[in-house]
Amino acid sequence: MSQAMRVKLHGTRGAYPTSSKETRKLGGNTPCIEIIGENERLILDAGTGILNIAFDKYNNSDRIDILLTHLHMDHIQGLGFFKPIFDANKEIHIWGPGGSSYPLKDRLNRFLSPPLFPVVLRDIPSKLIIHELPNKPFKLGKFLITAKFVCHPGPTVGYRIEVGSKSVTYIPDHEPILSNPHLFKEDNWISGFDLCNNTDLLVHDSQYSPEEYEDKVGWGHCSMEIAAELSARAKAKRLVMFHHDPAQTDKDRSNIFKKFMSTHTYDFPIELAVQGHEIEV
Amino acid sequence: MSAHEIEIILSRQLADCLTVPVFIVDPEGTLIFYNEPAEQILGKRFQDTGEMRVGDWGNMFSAHDEKGNAIPPADLPLVQTINSHEPAHKTFWITNMEGKSFKISVTSIPIIGRSKEFSGALAIFWDNVSGYES
Repeated sequence: MSQAMRVKLHGTRGAYPTSSKETRKLGGNTPCIEIIGENERLILDAGTGILNIAFDKYNNSDRIDILLTHLHMDHIQGLGFFKPIFDANKEIHIWGPGGSSYPLKDRLNRFLSPPLFPVVLRDIPSKLIIHELPNKPFKLGKFLITAKFVCHPGPTVGYRIEVGSKSVTYIPDHEPILSNPHLFKEDNWISGFDLCNNTDLLVHDSQYSPEEYEDKVGWGHCSMEIAAELSARAKAKRLVMFHHDPAQTDKDRSNIFKKFMSTHTYDFPIELAVQGHEIEV
Repeated sequence: MSAHEIEIILSRQLADCLTVPVFIVDPEGTLIFYNEPAEQILGKRFQDTGEMRVGDWGNMFSAHDEKGNAIPPADLPLVQTINSHEPAHKTFWITNMEGKSFKISVTSIPIIGRSKEFSGALAIFWDNVSGYES
C-alpha cells in the first residue's frame, strides 16, 4: 500500500522555544509540522520549527503554503525569519482564521511590524498573499483541507488534511471541554470531533497532567487524558501528543506520559511528539 | 451527525455552569440542549429526551399574559430570535405539563460565530417568583 503523506514534526514545544539539553529529546522549537504528499508540501503553523524546514533540498517550489491555526506568538514567531520570506522569487500563501473584527492581514501585521519586528509586511521581498480560511473544505494541490474553529482563546482552528483515503488531523492548541474530567457523552457536542473522526493520525494538544489542568482551566489546553479520550471517541488510528510544556524537561514529560500510559489502555498507538520525527500515513 | 459549531458547544459549556434555566436551539428551532434548571420548566430531563423539535418542546408548556390570554408561539422571544436573528425579551407566565405556573422573563440572543452564520439561539429564563440566589 502506497503512503499518501509524510508528516515531519519540526516544532513540538508550546508557548516559547527552549534550548536546554533537558528539552533536547522532545525538542525546543515551537509548533510547526510539514505535510508532504509526493512532490507537494503544506506547512502547518509557523513557530520556530519552520526554521528547520529544508526549503531548497526538497520540493523546491516557488510557492509555499502555510496554514496557521491561530496567531498566538508560539505559532507565528518563525514567520518573520524563515529564508523564503526574503526571497523575491517566492510566492508565500498564508492561510489563517478570519472571523475577528479585524482582518487576518491586520492581525498578522501587528506582529510583522515595528516595534515587534523591524520590517513591515509591505516591505517583505517575497510575494506574500494572505487568505482568510473559507468555511468549507478547499483544495491546495492534492491536499483536501478542512479547517474548523475549535475551543481555544481567540480565533483558532484545527485542520484535517486528506489525500485520497488518508487523513492527518492537527489540533495543537485545544481545550475540548472546560473544567470537566470527561467529554460530553454526545459526539456532536465535542469541539473538533469532525476533524478527528476516523483520522489516520491525530497530532493533538496534550500539555497537562490532570493535576496541572486543575489550575489552568480556560487557558486553552488539555490533559493527556482528554486528548486520548477524544482520540478514542473519534476512532483516530494513532495519537501524537503535542505542545509540550516548555517549563518541563523531557524527563518530566516522559514521567507524566509513563504514568498516564500505566493507568490507561487504548487500542491505538499513543506517543509523545518528538522534534525531527517523520511519520508515514 | 456533524458536530455543532464551536459557538454552540461553548454555549452549552456555559449553560452547564449556570443556575438559571437556559435553552439552546438550532436555526430550525430544534431544542438541542437545556440545562438542569431548565428541566424544571419542561418537567423533563435532557438526558431522557435528548433533542426535541420545536413542535414537541413548544407544546410542553403554555404561555400566557397576566390576564390569562394565550401568547402565540410567534410572540415568544426565542421564536422571535429564530425568525429575526435578533435579540428579544419578554416577561410572561407559563404553565408546564405538571400544571405548575411561573412568571418568567426570557431573554434570547442569536448565536452568530466567526463564520458569520446564524448557528442558533440561546434563551435565558428568569423565574420572577422564586428568583435565584446571587
